[in-house]
Amino acid sequence: MRTYLNLDGNEAAARMAYLGSEVIAIYPITPSSNMGEWADEWAAQGKPNLWGVVPKIIEMQSEGGAAGALHGALTSGALGTSFTASQGLLLFIPNLYKMAGELTPFVLHVAARALATHALSIFGDHSDVMACRATGCALLASNSVQEAQDMALIAQAATLAGRIPVIHFFDGFRTSHEVAKIVAVEPETVRAMIDDTLVAAHRSRALSPEHPVIRGTAQNPDVFFQSRERANPYYDAFPGLVQAAMDRFGELTGRQYRLFDYVGAPDAERVIVLMGSAAETAEETVEHLTTRGEKVGVLKLRLFRPLAPAALLAAIPATAKSIAVLDRCKEPGSDGEPLYKDIVTAFAEAAADGIRPMPRVIGGRYGLASKEFTPGMVAAVFDELKAAKPKRQFTVGIVDDVTHLSLAWDADFRTDASRRLQHAVFWGLGADGTVSANKNSIKIVGEATSLQAQGYFVYDSKKSGAVTVSHLRFGEGAIRASYLVEEGMAGFVACHQTVFVERYDLLAHAAPGGVFLLNTPVPQDEVWASLPATMRAGILSRGLKLWVIDAYAVAQAAGMGRRINTIMQTCFFAISGILPRDEALAAIKKAVDKTYGKKSKRLADLNHKAIDVTLASLHEVPFPGLLEEGAAPIALPTPVDVPAFVRDFTLPIYRGEGNSLPVSAMPVDGTFASGTAQYEKRNIALEIPVWEADLCTQCGKCVFVCPHSAIRARAFPAEAAAGAPITFKHVPARSKDFPAGTHISYQVAPEDCTGCGDCIEACPIHDKSNVSRLAVNMAPVAPLRDAERDNFNFFLQLPEFDRSLLKHGTIPGAMLLDPLFEFSGACAGCGETPYIRLATQLFGDRMLVANATGCSSIYGANLPTTPYTVNGAGRGPAWSNSLFEDNAEFGLGMRLASDQLMAYAQSLVKEMASGIGGDLAQALITADQRQETGIRAQRERVAVLLQSLATSKHPRAAELISLAEWLIRRSVWIIGGDGWAYDIGYGGLDHILALSYDVNILVLDTEVYSNTGGQTSKATPLGAVAKFSAGGKATAKKDLARIASDYGHVYVATVAYGAKDVHTLRAFHEAEAYDGPSLIVAYSPCIAHGVDMLYNQRQQDLAVKSGHWPLFRFDPRLEEAGANPFKLDSAPPSQPIKAFMDSETRFAMLARSHPEAAERLLAEAQKDADRRFKGYQELAQRATDAPKGDLK
Amino acid sequence: MIDLSTTYLGLKLKNPLVPSSSPLSKHVDTLVQLEDAGAAAVVLHSLYEEELIAEDAMTDRFLLHADLHDGEATGFLPDHGQYQSALDHYLEHLQKAKARLSIPVIASLNGVTPCGWVDLGKELQDAGADALELNVYHVAADPLESGDLVEGRYVALLHELKSVVSIPIVMKLSPFFSSLPHLVKRLEAGGAGGVSLFNRFFQPDIDLDSLEMVDQLHLSSREEALLRIRWTAILRSQTTMTLAATGGVHGYEEAMKLLLAGADVVHLASCLLEHGPGRLSQILQDMKTWMIEREYSSVAQLKGSMSQKNLRDPSAVARLSYIRVLDSFTPRAGVWR
Repeated sequence: MRTYLNLDGNEAAARMAYLGSEVIAIYPITPSSNMGEWADEWAAQGKPNLWGVVPKIIEMQSEGGAAGALHGALTSGALGTSFTASQGLLLFIPNLYKMAGELTPFVLHVAARALATHALSIFGDHSDVMACRATGCALLASNSVQEAQDMALIAQAATLAGRIPVIHFFDGFRTSHEVAKIVAVEPETVRAMIDDTLVAAHRSRALSPEHPVIRGTAQNPDVFFQSRERANPYYDAFPGLVQAAMDRFGELTGRQYRLFDYVGAPDAERVIVLMGSAAETAEETVEHLTTRGEKVGVLKLRLFRPLAPAALLAAIPATAKSIAVLDRCKEPGSDGEPLYKDIVTAFAEAAADGIRPMPRVIGGRYGLASKEFTPGMVAAVFDELKAAKPKRQFTVGIVDDVTHLSLAWDADFRTDASRRLQHAVFWGLGADGTVSANKNSIKIVGEATSLQAQGYFVYDSKKSGAVTVSHLRFGEGAIRASYLVEEGMAGFVACHQTVFVERYDLLAHAAPGGVFLLNTPVPQDEVWASLPATMRAGILSRGLKLWVIDAYAVAQAAGMGRRINTIMQTCFFAISGILPRDEALAAIKKAVDKTYGKKSKRLADLNHKAIDVTLASLHEVPFPGLLEEGAAPIALPTPVDVPAFVRDFTLPIYRGEGNSLPVSAMPVDGTFASGTAQYEKRNIALEIPVWEADLCTQCGKCVFVCPHSAIRARAFPAEAAAGAPITFKHVPARSKDFPAGTHISYQVAPEDCTGCGDCIEACPIHDKSNVSRLAVNMAPVAPLRDAERDNFNFFLQLPEFDRSLLKHGTIPGAMLLDPLFEFSGACAGCGETPYIRLATQLFGDRMLVANATGCSSIYGANLPTTPYTVNGAGRGPAWSNSLFEDNAEFGLGMRLASDQLMAYAQSLVKEMASGIGGDLAQALITADQRQETGIRAQRERVAVLLQSLATSKHPRAAELISLAEWLIRRSVWIIGGDGWAYDIGYGGLDHILALSYDVNILVLDTEVYSNTGGQTSKATPLGAVAKFSAGGKATAKKDLARIASDYGHVYVATVAYGAKDVHTLRAFHEAEAYDGPSLIVAYSPCIAHGVDMLYNQRQQDLAVKSGHWPLFRFDPRLEEAGANPFKLDSAPPSQPIKAFMDSETRFAMLARSHPEAAERLLAEAQKDADRRFKGYQELAQRATDAPKGDLK
Repeated sequence: MIDLSTTYLGLKLKNPLVPSSSPLSKHVDTLVQLEDAGAAAVVLHSLYEEELIAEDAMTDRFLLHADLHDGEATGFLPDHGQYQSALDHYLEHLQKAKARLSIPVIASLNGVTPCGWVDLGKELQDAGADALELNVYHVAADPLESGDLVEGRYVALLHELKSVVSIPIVMKLSPFFSSLPHLVKRLEAGGAGGVSLFNRFFQPDIDLDSLEMVDQLHLSSREEALLRIRWTAILRSQTTMTLAATGGVHGYEEAMKLLLAGADVVHLASCLLEHGPGRLSQILQDMKTWMIEREYSSVAQLKGSMSQKNLRDPSAVARLSYIRVLDSFTPRAGVWR
């Protein structure tokens, strides 16, 4: 009997990989991370592999580390595997050469993903696997979720038989994250596929002192070459062994694969060759076209390395006259992509040998970084093959108006297969459970019916208020559509968030006569009138049925708070009729029991109750048959006064129209203007802070903690407020430091605030008669938005206050400095962003930023916008991300360039001193620029210099003009998370610390890999539960700060602004002013800790008070002055570490899952905290001859 | 030989001393120590409705629906199916306690809302609880909720719990009812096996530094026993249900007084938290000494001998004593005179 599973490609592949492995070495990277997580989960559950043993899962410090560990395990006799993608696969490459060179059998499962070039992309293409084609590994492609499972097993069987390591790959996201119903491979099939004699043979080759051998020698010109050729027979034999494994698999399961599967007309004249998920779309299109008599076909290539040209050509009908080879990658500068060139070679050789005539072969690129590839595009390629002179090289899926390589395609092309399916599209928010409900629905349909089911989920790139669009398909027979639900095809469209009605074209996917379900609090009889006119027109013209429910009200009444997923899921089944209603409701309840079952009977009961009451609240809305006259369609408002680039590039992307932008709209090298986040106006807060000017002491704390720079403070002459909007609040500055008549305003950006509430938690001021009234209080945004928008715009136009008049060393003063980092896409309540914003307030006009890949690079520069911005003079942080692992080195390069070009400019100044003027030249060269005042003076000197150079006749004047800006000191900041600093980039970081260059390193320590979903890093504390530490991390957190301070010449500070904001401020000043390497390790609460980010500051405070995060500064300048450089800045812990650990789910859940371990680790954590603090105290109390104290 | 045995919710106990719901009962080893010290039964720490709700919220947000983030992070904390809910944890604890103790084990449920959580009583029964204490910890602060409705809440919860369990139920009450005997009668009619007098509400305090309300736990004082003595004496005359007295028992004196007033069992917590299990043995010994000196032969003999109906002057536990007490108060020398 067949068993069906509803799962995604990652899980499908991981199931097989797990069964066949003894050692699994991993490192997280999107979109492959889930495979490692599954393996970890199964191991934690004690699930055995094929031989009854639980595999060892080991998380390494990088993919390079995983590759090394795997190599060691394999060469010592274990069966091993790993999972990776993209840059991670690139880090595997050195070892892949080694492992292949040593004929080491194993399978590396890859969720194929774009490589970072002009930009990073987490999405799928074949750039990464194609970069491995010279390693000597086999490359085996899976085209679907089913195949990801099947090929994973076939690959394992083949590698054992043929000793060639296999890179088994499938398309990142499209296959790795697509949820589909597949036929399970049964354990007995796995057993039958894996030949234990081959396993024993592998083991017999293991390094063993019992029968020692030497491997990994150094060879000389005499024999190296011959040795490389010695393995040829293995490569020659391998395709046959893969086919044999496929045949065996076919016998066992009935699913027969071939190295090259041809589908289409037996007498096809036009053939497309490709691999990966797009082959499924091509097959669906070929089926459509051949039923209409077209002589077309598709060759689905599975084994790309070692290539078997004879078998490949044999699979293509002899009638084929023109062939299009599609590559999902790009090799700039090549005259064709890899697959194309291999196919051309195969045909050319066959033609030369007289085996078959040379057809016309053209090559195309498609689908880079998960760009859509649709049947219309497949049809366009076939059309091109019909042309008398088809484009030799082309692209499809984009509009190339620069080199004109792109093919035009029919966006309305629909296949018969697509028309046979039921399609549904759901719009939701990341936080509302839409995606999990839809995954659940697929399982229900998949399990309850004979229907096939598919789900694919599109997320936007924001971490707060992220929009999700779920694309679901159901139908009889295989679903091959590896593309999104097409426009006009969805019989069911649901919008789970009312605000989207105004923001997106929700009806584009809706099929005529279909259903549009809207979750709205608007009463049923007012809904129609409340919809935008365009939507009303869309509903009428498509003949849609409009259904509504107030899901939040139902959830509230059912005791479920704001959890609407089950309710909306119930609506889907009730309306769509995909299952009989009662059967569907029973299935949802069963699913609820499975989800909540053991964890919470109460939650299960509440969900049952919600399901029962949902139907009574679900209504079809009657509406007039005609659109009322005079109701002009409402176009999405286009903001005025925005730069052309933002209007024509940024905002269309933001509106979801990026696919229609042509090639010419793109910068040639991935360089963008900064300061664009201000144009998004995401409006995601339900409540915003309101400033109570009468209570406020102008302490600046709310500005300091705001993760999105959505509360601003500015000082200005009172007269500047003339003409202010009537509700604009401003009061005289309380401090006597300001000139008379100075006013101050604290202003919220209502459309940029995320409503996290951190400002309220930070406010220290109470109304004396009502302690609940603070100097900032949250209030519903709706009645405030318009007025506050005007106020904020007015606020931004106020003159910038003279920075030299502000006290940068105090919180109230520093918070009057304009932030040059604003409105990022970080999570609401993010604990990282306040540190970055602070740096930009203090040093933004001179910052060069090297940013490691991770959360901070995603919220820092994920298109379409960037939060880094400029001041009134147009200066601001210049930012770049190179990679994850090289960030410290990347930043050092920035420093070297700055220093070198400064020296170059200084030498020119010296050379031209007489023309420039001796005093100016001298001042330009010797200027003290450690502080902002010095930099300002230097800028003025440079301006004078440029003026004089403009009329200079000196032959090198132009040279100096181009270099003059480098005479101004640059503040180099190297920013990244703990995954970078403690793990993958530690080698580089350590190297930079060991040098003496003036760089400022800011480590945003969330104590896990936050961006990829909470995997353990060496910053993860003892006793914390994180991915790969399900039983609680058994070892202590690495003390990066102390290690750095051991160098003696590095300025080091540990900071936590929620505990001591002024300490953080001081550390930033000291670090920046120090002429050498500085390291700030910044405690950054994260949603991954399992605590509401409203309590961000409370958690920081608790971390410090409990001794989890002691604050210290190590300043080498003090030592030079004869004082103790180590200054312990936090008092001895006033709370036990338990108080901190009990307050966060990451620790608390251990008591529920592993109570004994929890108790033991808690005791160890306390001991560790005591030991660490005692160590710091000893350092701080070291006797010194000179007086102690802070630097002034 | 003194017979200290008593009957509590139909359970035959070797003596009337029963450690009540407190942090002490969180560790099975401590429970064993209490049994060794002479405890006749134990009430486990409470399974709090709020704890379950808070845990649900945490589970829901960070474990079950952690995949609600973005394309890269499919959740932040591993959910390997080993996670035990607070209920499972409690049930396991209860089972362990039952396995190691030979005395009855009473499980305790603490909550206020009738939304199905008392159904958990069934699972406590299945896990071996000999009886259930239902602690309706309700601060009646809603002006729209009448006294009758407040009482109704207790009765409804009892009814809900009765419908799922067959073991006896004791209702732990607060002293703040306009007519306690009336409520007790309603509970008796509703099938309660007994009442426990009284709940000690934690009183929030004001932190003068942070100007925040803070929770403080204060141990009971001997004076608190007086309220229990009065109401035990009154109710003993009106009901045959089990009466348990809880709060303020620090020595044999309070224990004896409560038994004389009519309590079937006397609960201990603060004195054990403060002095350890030895205090229980001590009280037991002192009780025996007191009874021997006065030639009592059994607890049954003295139990309720000073309940209201057995008093020569029943008003002694009613209003009249109020006047006597006030009139008799003499300030300390030097305060007024």
